[in-house]
Amino acid sequence: MSASKSAVVIQNLRKTYQVHEREAGLGAALRSLVSRKSRDVKAVDSISFSVDMGEMVGFLGPNGAGKTTTLKMLSGLLYPTSGEARVLGYVPSRRERAFLSQMTLVMGQRNQLVWDIPAIDSFELNREVYRVPVAQYKQTLDELVELLDLGKLLTKPVRNLSLGERMKCEIAGALLHRPRVLFLDEPTIGLDVTMQRRIRLFVAEYNRRYGATVLLTSHYMADVEALCKRVVVIHHGSILFDGDLTALVERFSPHKTIHVKLADENQDFGAYGEVISREEGQVVLRVPKADTARVTGQLLANMEIHDLTVEDTPIDEVIEQVFAQPKEGRA
Amino acid sequence: MIGLWARYYRAQIKLSLAVQFQYRVAMAIWMLDIVLSPMIYLVVWTTVAQSSGGTVNGFTPSDFAAYYTVLMIVQHITQIWHMWEYEYLIREGGMAQRLLRPLHPINEDISQNISYKILMLMVLIPAVLLFVLLFRPAFHTPLWSALAFIPAVLMGAALAFVIGWTLAMAAFWTTRIVAINSLYFTAMLFFAGYLAPLDLLPRFMQMIAGVLPFRWMMSFPVELALGRVAPEAVLGGFAAQALWIVFGVLVLRRVWKAAVRRFSSVGG
Repeated sequence: MSASKSAVVIQNLRKTYQVHEREAGLGAALRSLVSRKSRDVKAVDSISFSVDMGEMVGFLGPNGAGKTTTLKMLSGLLYPTSGEARVLGYVPSRRERAFLSQMTLVMGQRNQLVWDIPAIDSFELNREVYRVPVAQYKQTLDELVELLDLGKLLTKPVRNLSLGERMKCEIAGALLHRPRVLFLDEPTIGLDVTMQRRIRLFVAEYNRRYGATVLLTSHYMADVEALCKRVVVIHHGSILFDGDLTALVERFSPHKTIHVKLADENQDFGAYGEVISREEGQVVLRVPKADTARVTGQLLANMEIHDLTVEDTPIDEVIEQVFAQPKEGRA
Repeated sequence: MIGLWARYYRAQIKLSLAVQFQYRVAMAIWMLDIVLSPMIYLVVWTTVAQSSGGTVNGFTPSDFAAYYTVLMIVQHITQIWHMWEYEYLIREGGMAQRLLRPLHPINEDISQNISYKILMLMVLIPAVLLFVLLFRPAFHTPLWSALAFIPAVLMGAALAFVIGWTLAMAAFWTTRIVAINSLYFTAMLFFAGYLAPLDLLPRFMQMIAGVLPFRWMMSFPVELALGRVAPEAVLGGFAAQALWIVFGVLVLRRVWKAAVRRFSSVGG
């Protein structure tokens, strides 16, 4: 991959925080006045990956894995302890105007719109902050209003909007300057299913229309499945996996599940595979992928079966398995 | 380029005004804030003057009235409160949002500062009229001195902003900013001419006031408005203001750089 094709390049990026520690109680509080104990916490531990121009990548990891720290380093809010990050060729921590004008960081739990006044007033200010020409601003605003169905929301004070409505306005406000790189940190957090879907469709359309690069973190696998072919999984500050979503499933879940409906559930299935559940005439078996065809054949031949379905392990479960990996056990 | 900045400032001031208009009750409280303390000091000093034969060190009750009327105006123009806001801004993520923008955050604070002062003119003008009617201030100001008041108060406002904003940066290092701010405002009470006109302070206090920045923020413009600065001392006063502003800006730039570095290493 050539550097010019990459929108984001990270090499051996590392971020260590110094955390002060003390035990509970007054005695410990007094002791800490004299000598403060601190230890280094590696939030991000020497990670490397790159994202192509126009690519949408899911950046996954459990809470505290280092996702937000990485996104903050990429958007210039945090200096890396060591290593290098480049976004559109810029070093983010220098916070150059040209860099800041071409990227955006949307954090699902943070607000940039002014609470007491309608969103459109904050948008107008953003136009001046980012120096967007009037014609381009109007065009982008019209598109965003249409894509996100903002309509009447823009003229209501932000404090009177619902969480979902506010998030739509936040996203519109963050994109008025048509950034080429989007860092989206849990953009759908706390939203209902319909609103999540709407935002997902919007991100996909924005990417298609402007060729924008997207690095997305989300706890909702539906977001990632819908938007990202590729995922980077970070855990305990290190990269655990970087590749296609399908390859992630292959690697961390080499099983399929077989759902069998039958008249008599009290039969012994131990010989066919691992029984995951057994209730009301339905048995769920987990079998190695390579054995699926053979086991299915045997079940159909040997038992009286009403119905049989074979499924991949749901992506949520796969991710759960990945996140459950102990620190030493990483690949 | 200047056009782009002017447009930004116009937009930001317009927005800040729209926000501040939302707080009508708060405006009433701020009005008390503007009027109350000069009025209290004025009443105290008037009482002292009357009980000591009509003057205190040459200040008659009408002189005190003139002094605190002008002080109220100068205090409004030079006011700064951003040091009370930064801890919240940092803790609640507002600082991160500001740093993501391609614009130095000081611009937003300058705009807010200007817009608040414009808005509060609606309160200040009646307050001044009230002072004039109630306390009958006497002015003996030559025209040149009254004219010199205008640049002096603007430079005082710039100086107060630069120093106050630098002080606000303390919030990047400590969460105990109340103690620091209290110290600053106590020093101001004495050395800016708030508690009493500086002429009434003991000699050594006046000397300390001369080397600190507070006199050049508030007392100097007030003295000019009252015609209490000798013509030969005027240039020296402006020079002191200019020197403090330059020094303040240099310190501010360094402190801001260190603050961003600090923020970027510990996270916000």
